[in-house]
Formats: sequence, C-alpha cells, structure tokens
Amino acid sequence: MEKDTKAFQRVYTKLFQLTKATVSLQAKGIGYDELAIVDGRLAQVVKIMGDMVTLQIFGGTEGIATNAEVIFAGKPPSLKVGDDLAGRFFNAYGDPMEGGEIMGEEREIGGPSVNPVRRKQPSEFIPTGIAGIDLNNALVTGQKIPFFADPDQPFNQVMAMVALRAKADKIILAGMGLTRDDYLYFKNVFDNAGALDRIVGFINTTEEPPVERLLVPDMALTAAEYFAVEKNEKVLVLLTDMTLYSDALSIVSNRMDQIPSKDSMPGSLYSDLARLYEKAVQFPDGGSITIIAVTTLSGGDITHAVPDNTGYITEGQLFLRKDSDVGKVIVDPFRSLSRLKQLVIGKKTREDHPQVMNAAVRLYADAANAKTKQENGFDLTDYDERSLEFARGYSEKLLAIDVNIDTDAMLETAYDLFNKHFKPEEVGIRQEFVDKYWKRN
Amino acid sequence: MNTIGKVSGIIANLVIVETEGTTAQNEICFIKHGDTRLMAEVIKVVGNKSYIQVFESTRGLKVGTEVEFMGHMLEVTLGPGILSKNYDGLQNDLHKMEGVFLKRGQYTEAIDVDKKYEYKVLAKEGDQVVAGSWLAEVKENWMPHKIMVPFTFKGEYTVKSIKGDGEYAPKEVIAVLTDQEGKEHKVTMVQRWPVKVPIRAYTDKPRPFKILETGIRVMDTLNPIAEGGTGFIPGPFGSGKTVLQHNLSKNAEADLVIIAACGERANEVVEVFTEFPELDDPRTGRKLMERTTIIANTSNMPVAAREASVYTAMTIAEYYRAMGLKILLLADSTSRWAQALREMSNRMEELPGPDGFPMDLSAIIANFYARAGFVYLPDGDTGSITFIGTVSPAGGNLKEPVTESTKKVARCFYALSQDRADSKRYPAIDPIDSYSKYLEYPEIAEYLNKTIDENWTSSVFKAKDILLRGKEAYEQINILGDDGVPLDYHIRYWKSELIDFVILQQDAFDKIDASSSLDRQYFMLHRTLGITEREFHFDSFEEIGPYFKRVINALKQMNYSNYESDEFHKNQKELDKILGEQEEAKSEEESVEA
Ligand SMILES: Nc1ncnc2c1ncn2[C@@H]1O[C@H](COP(=O)(O)OP(=O)(O)OP(=O)(O)O)[C@@H](O)[C@H]1O
Ligand SMILES: [Mg+2]
Repeated sequence: MEKDTKAFQRVYTKLFQLTKATVSLQAKGIGYDELAIVDGRLAQVVKIMGDMVTLQIFGGTEGIATNAEVIFAGKPPSLKVGDDLAGRFFNAYGDPMEGGEIMGEEREIGGPSVNPVRRKQPSEFIPTGIAGIDLNNALVTGQKIPFFADPDQPFNQVMAMVALRAKADKIILAGMGLTRDDYLYFKNVFDNAGALDRIVGFINTTEEPPVERLLVPDMALTAAEYFAVEKNEKVLVLLTDMTLYSDALSIVSNRMDQIPSKDSMPGSLYSDLARLYEKAVQFPDGGSITIIAVTTLSGGDITHAVPDNTGYITEGQLFLRKDSDVGKVIVDPFRSLSRLKQLVIGKKTREDHPQVMNAAVRLYADAANAKTKQENGFDLTDYDERSLEFARGYSEKLLAIDVNIDTDAMLETAYDLFNKHFKPEEVGIRQEFVDKYWKRN
Repeated sequence: MNTIGKVSGIIANLVIVETEGTTAQNEICFIKHGDTRLMAEVIKVVGNKSYIQVFESTRGLKVGTEVEFMGHMLEVTLGPGILSKNYDGLQNDLHKMEGVFLKRGQYTEAIDVDKKYEYKVLAKEGDQVVAGSWLAEVKENWMPHKIMVPFTFKGEYTVKSIKGDGEYAPKEVIAVLTDQEGKEHKVTMVQRWPVKVPIRAYTDKPRPFKILETGIRVMDTLNPIAEGGTGFIPGPFGSGKTVLQHNLSKNAEADLVIIAACGERANEVVEVFTEFPELDDPRTGRKLMERTTIIANTSNMPVAAREASVYTAMTIAEYYRAMGLKILLLADSTSRWAQALREMSNRMEELPGPDGFPMDLSAIIANFYARAGFVYLPDGDTGSITFIGTVSPAGGNLKEPVTESTKKVARCFYALSQDRADSKRYPAIDPIDSYSKYLEYPEIAEYLNKTIDENWTSSVFKAKDILLRGKEAYEQINILGDDGVPLDYHIRYWKSELIDFVILQQDAFDKIDASSSLDRQYFMLHRTLGITEREFHFDSFEEIGPYFKRVINALKQMNYSNYESDEFHKNQKELDKILGEQEEAKSEEESVEA
C-alpha cells in the first residue's frame, strides 16, 4: 500500500509492544481513531494511555519489527466519493482494484447517524418476483434485512437476483471474506445484466487478511450515503457475509484481551452491528439506502450470537432452506419475517394481501403438524391430508426461490391452492375478501 | 469555580481525566474538543483520575485536551412544552438540531423558551407550600400543566407573591416563595432535576388497586396490569415486543404516554413520529401525538446516552405524575440499556458478573422499576406511572441476567413465545407461562369484580383453567394419536383453541380488532366461556376440529366488526345457528334413544 508522506505527518520508529493484531508505541498529539501506516500496513488508533498509543493493524502484525516505521496520518479512515465510484471495484481500503485514481471529495467513513426526525417512514415496495419474499415478507426501500442461510445455500445467487430486479439506482456490493469465485460470479451476473455501471464493489476476499474486512461495510455505506444524500438515489447495499465480518471483530477483541461475551464474540457486538445496519434509511427527498445482508448460520442455529444479535437489529430476516418434499430451496415462511411489510402490503398491493398471506402460512403450519403426526406413525385425518397437499403446492408454486411472478399472480395462485384443498371457513379470511376474490369452481 | 482537568487516556468512549480539584460520581463534564464541547459523565474516580463516559464519539480526541466539570449530575429540564417532543437520550430536542446527520457536540433546548403559555393561577399569597405543590397551571396541548414548587425545595415555604392570570413565557418569574428563615426564592415555570434521583414529591405510595385498561384482551382479561404497576415483556427477536408496546401506547387509557426507544431501530421511532400525529386518541378524540413524548436513543446513537435515556424518560414521567396524571411509561428495550452498562464495565476492567454484566445489574434494575407506582400528592390528588419494559434475551433464552433480574421486580410477566409468533398467534403472549401478580391482590380482585362483573375473576380463572387443560389434552393427543384418546380430549383441546383464537389472539393491524373495550372484553369472554360450558356431541374426532373452526370463525368475525353493530349481530346470529346444529343433533340423538 502506498500513501504519500506529507509534511505534517509524524514518523516514529520505536515500537514498545507487539501482539498478533496490535502494536504500541510512545507518540504525542495523536487523535483517537486516527489512521497510521506501520511498516507499510494500514493501522488505526484503538487506545491511548498517556503517551502510549495502541494501533490495530488491519493486515496483521506478522514480520513487523520493533524498529518498524510508523507514520501517523492525522485523520480517521476515509473514502473519496464521487460519481467516479460507479462501475468500479475497490479493496477494503477504498483503493481501486484495477489501479488508477478516484476523482472526488474525501469523506470520513463510519460517520454520524441520521437524526431520526429527518428520516421518512419507508413506504416504497421493492418487488422481487419471488413470492417467498413479496407475498410473505415484502421488502421496502430503507429496510435492512439479512438472509439467514447455511453456507451451502445459494444466498449469493438469490441476493444477486434480488439486487437486479430491485430497480435500484446503485447497487453497492460489500464483500467480506468472499471467495474469489463468488466475487467473479457477482461481477459476471451484473455484467451480463448490463448493470455494471450501476455497481460499486468493496471487496475483501478470503485471500486477504480477515481484519481488513472491518473496513469494508463502512466504505460501502459511505459510498451509499453519497449517492443517497447527494444524488437522491435509491441505493441498495449488499453485505455478504456478516458472519465473517463478526469473526473479524472477535479476532480483534480477543487479541486486545477484552472479555468475550457469548460465542466468543465481543460484548459490543450488538452496537457494532447496529451501527452499520442502521445506515439503512429513507430520506424525505427520495434517496434511500436499503441493506440486504447475508448471515451464514452453522447448522441452522439462529441462537448463535451473530444471527441472534442480527435478528434484534434488522427489520426481519429471510431464512433459506431446502424443502426436501419438493426438492427446491424455499424462503421458509416460519422463520422468515419482514417487519416493514405492513407498510406496503394491502396498501401498495391488493387489499386482501395481508389476510391471504396469513391464512396460507397458518395452513402451512397445519401441514407441519400433520407431518409430525405422520412421522410419529399416527393416522391422518382428511384435513391433515388436504393440508399436506396444500403445503406441497404452496412450497412449489409460491415459496420456491425460482418463482418469478407479480403479486397479483401470487395472490391468485394462493386462492387457487385454497380452493383446491379447502372450504372458505377453513381458511378463515374476511368474508368480504372471500366474496370478492375467491373464485370457486 | 468549576474544576478543570486534562484528558490522559482514551479507550473508545471511556476517557480518563486527570484533575487537581474535586469531582463527583455522576458529575457532568464537557471535553473541549476543537470548537465543540463533548458531554460526559463521571463514572469512577481513583485518586486524581476521573473516569468519564462520553455521550458522543471520541474520534480525533487527543491527550491533554481540557475538560470542565460542571458541579452537577445529568439533569433534565422540566416545564411546559415537553409533550409531543422528540428528544434524544439527553433530552435534546431533535427537531431543533440542524442538518440531516446528528452533529457531535450539538445540544438543544428541551423546551420552547420563547413560547407564551395561557396561565391560570392556583395558589394565593400566604399559602403554605412544599415541593410539588401546585402554584398555577398553563395549557400544554389540551392538558392543564401544573406549575409546581421545584422539587429541589426542602421544607415548607410561604407564597410571598404570585402572578395573576395571563400569558407568560416559561422562564419568567411567576412566584416568590419565602422559606422558614425568611429567605426569598424565585420560581419560574421551569426547573431542573438530576435524572438518577427519584422525584419524591408525594405523600404516600400505596399498593396499586385499580387496573390500567389497555384494550389488549390477553392483558386486560387474563393478566391485567395495575395502574401504577410494573410489567415486562421478554421475547426473542421478532416475537412482537415492539408491536405490543406500540399497541399499548395507542390504546391504553393513560393521560400521557412516554416512550423510551432505547437502543432499538430508528425506523420504529419514525413509525411513531409519522403515525401518531395522524391517529386519534380513542378517549379524547385528539391526536395521539398530543399525549405522547418520545425519548429516542436508537441503536446507532451513542451507547453511553442509552443508559441516560431510560432515566430521562422516567424523570419526565415522575414530573407529570406530580401533576396528578396517569402516565404510561414504555421502554424498548431494557436489555440494550443493560448492554450499555456491560460495555462500559468491561472497558473499565471491572470484575464481571454473570454473562459479563456488571455485578450490581439486579440492583440497578430494581431501583429503576421501583420508581413506578401510584401516589398520593401533597394536595390530595393522585397520580401514577405504569411501567412496562421489554427484554431481549440472548438467543431467546430466559435464563439470562436481564430477564432474571427483571422478573424479581416486575409484577406482570408477559412472556412472548417463539412458537406462538411462528404460528402467527399474535400477540404471542404465552397464556400458560405469563402471569399478573396483581390478580392475587385482594384490592385488585375487588376492583375488578366491582367494575366489570361480580364473577369476573372467577371467569378469568376458569378461562385459564380451560387453556391449561386444553394444552394437556393436546399433549396427550400428540402422544397417543387422534383415535388413541377419548373424544372428550379433542373437545377439551378445541375449547382451549376457542379461547386462544377469540380472546388471546388479537390483530394489532386491524382497525377494529386492535383495541377492545372492557365491556366488549366482558361480553366476549362471557360468550366464549358460555360455549365452553355446553355439552357437545360428535360421532368421531374428525368432526370436532371442523365444527369448532366454524364456531371460531363466527366469533372472530365478531371481533372484526364494530361492537354492537349490525355486522356484529349478524355474525352473532351465524354463531347461534352453528351452535343450534348441536342442539338439533342432541335432540335427534335423544329421540333415537327414546
Ligand atoms: N399483534 C401482532 N399482530 C400482527 N403481527 C404482529 C403482531 N405482533 C408482531 N407481529 C409481527 O411480528 C413482527 C415483529 O414484531 P416486533 O417488531 O414487535 O418484534 P420484537 O419482539 O420487537 O423484535 P425485536 O426484539 O427484534 O425488536 C412485526 O413486524 C409483525 O409483522
Ligand atoms: Mg422490537
């Protein structure tokens, strides 16, 4: 990494202490959070005690000697923002991967939060064509929502698909611990869709030091704020994978001898993640930042500290799993939730949407009970049989991620399934909607 | 002279300051960073080192920076103009802040000092008064806002002079009081009070003896909260804590609602900002926002101010309680406050208690809940703060320090269950695990039986019993299979489902069903219990579910229609018809037997 040395920068060459992720040295006049270059590697001030300054080295401290050169930058981490960002990919430090310079204004990353009274209530529906999302968990601009998925689920594919269908002005990809293959996959899909000029990428691949990842989401969100605030654009930010980001947090906190909390994550995990996710916002002037993230699970366990804290922060989650009955990946209606959906469903979509959605999920729950019964070797009632049949149809025609239809068609499909398997009183939706939309035959 | 110190250490928002002079625990100080002043609070003192938690980002802060100690604790401003405001955790008026982004070091006036209020005098010269005595009232929104003798005044005072009716601004002197030594004290409409100290301007705090109507059936009917009572809502993420609190803030029959959004989502606060000015208060017909004040420390706002936010909210509640009002205080989520304490305690390298929380967490929570309550005021009036907090247990597991500490002090426990939320049985309050200790208070039982119906509490226990027996029957059916149990088990299970669907479940997003009056709750409980008392005749278990689903459907349609409306009665007729079928079946059976 190259950075030019300017006159006011102070240079030191005597390290007092070295750990796996940090170095300490005596230095004066240093600001908290300030950046430094230690032996050519980017570092940030994380602690000052008198004249003892501790720096966290993003690339790790391997090979750093006690006489390494330390140059303080006199400023916190920043990114140059401008229209020039569009269509380009950057590393974790905000340097273009293909080389060259960015024309733009320098901004501190991890800046202040939006005054809540200057926000607008999100109200714009983001149709994706995927019924597991649009029908049951409708997304709204300004929302923040992760996919919860085991590592073997095709979350990056689904995310790319959603991003392209979302009609965003800009898509900002923050890759943390992304495999090179997945990075190239994203590039390819966006290229094929002719969308590359709407994309900005900040990428840390598995080939790079994990601690570098800590900069990636802040870089991406700083770029997002530029487009959303200054250009009033609808920006979609993709954060993948936040579990790997959290791992980097835990590496740093463990090396700094902080008391770990649950699952060896730092006690501040909630605040650390919330700070990022809360950058999702709808501005009154039309600009917005919507965040779709990925939180990989281990064995579907959502009680692990990372998905657990995430769930408490985000506005719902989209849970992907394979439905072995129909052999497809579905958006699980029980574990998934979009908390902002009520701002649009039945308002921006047909009036009966909420009731149809709830009824279908309830019937799917009945099917789940019937299935348990069946597995325990009990006889099934006629209703059980019918709900099981319904569940198969529901899973295949609506929950599967390969569905691509508009919401009216989703509602029609739901009524078709209701009609095929149930009587209106078994479905339990408002009589007026039954009269109006339920086509009986 | 204020004590001055210099920054000697920085770890995130924990700053160490070396001073020559005196500093005090919880004293407020300001760090002079460039041309901004960053507010902070002393949380520990060792020798000449004061440990302070900064309520702002410390980015760029340097060792050697000057710090000024203010000689007082964190205080709020109390006076007319608090209602309908949106504050941050330190009571800055968010509307007065400039720009889209919150700028560090920007502090704004909590009340509108230039606004003139219509003022009516209540006391007269020569009156003997004490802290909290009402001197005058001004109109705030629609509400008479009492101007009181400042809570900091100790002992008795005599009103020497007081302004007559008129229009005055908050900071004008409206009265002069003389203390027992004959010293004069000027009083304005505004006073300041340290948030961590309870306001004790009351003469007595009895056990709560009335209930606070919330409009939520599963609370009012099954586990009512007392006016001046305490309750908490633990639940995993997405189980409905916030929706339930919002619903409470819309429908509960409180005079004022104070919402502390503590470390949660900004969009949820925006929802309140956006909707409350439009929504009608069902009781006064005015806009809901007029009775609501929001203290917002959302999760992206400075962590240290999170702790302050709940205290700020409580202090404002206590101020209005002293005016003889019925306050509902809601905090979402108290776990975020506890986590803020944990972050700080870890940074100070204190010996951690369970899960890394500070050792005194239980005591802190207990002291906070103890500030709620029903009180008698110096002038004989009454006021109350009903407090309901949410708890966000890690992994949804209730065996964790915040839930356990809260359970020791809060009298109502509204446990949200993941299973119920997953199957969309909202509000997902678990009917078996949840409780209201107030039901065991003889004075509450008496109140309920007097105001609702003489057999009310026994009906409630009957309903609870049916739910429990239904659950047992369900477990048996699951073990032995549908046809492995007598028909009666199925009937018992479906009777509990009836109560579940009709009484427990309530659609927070339906205009009509969202809130149910006590009359209506009485009617529905009676109607539903009436059905559970009937004899049913079925030939096979397969008939039972479908039949009860029709009964449930008819009752649910009643819940969805305006009480006593034509539609309501129509659905009721439908219900009678369905119930009539059983009568026919029964008489047919009997005639065959005869
Ligand atoms: N009474 C209800 N009626 C209908 N839907 C509800 C109800 N309660 C909750 N929900 C649904 O559940 C979602 C989550 O509810 P809520 O935001 O209140 O959860 P929470 O417990 O506060 O979660 P967190 O701890 O993450 O803040 C809502 O967005 C809504 O879709
Ligand atoms: Mg919530």
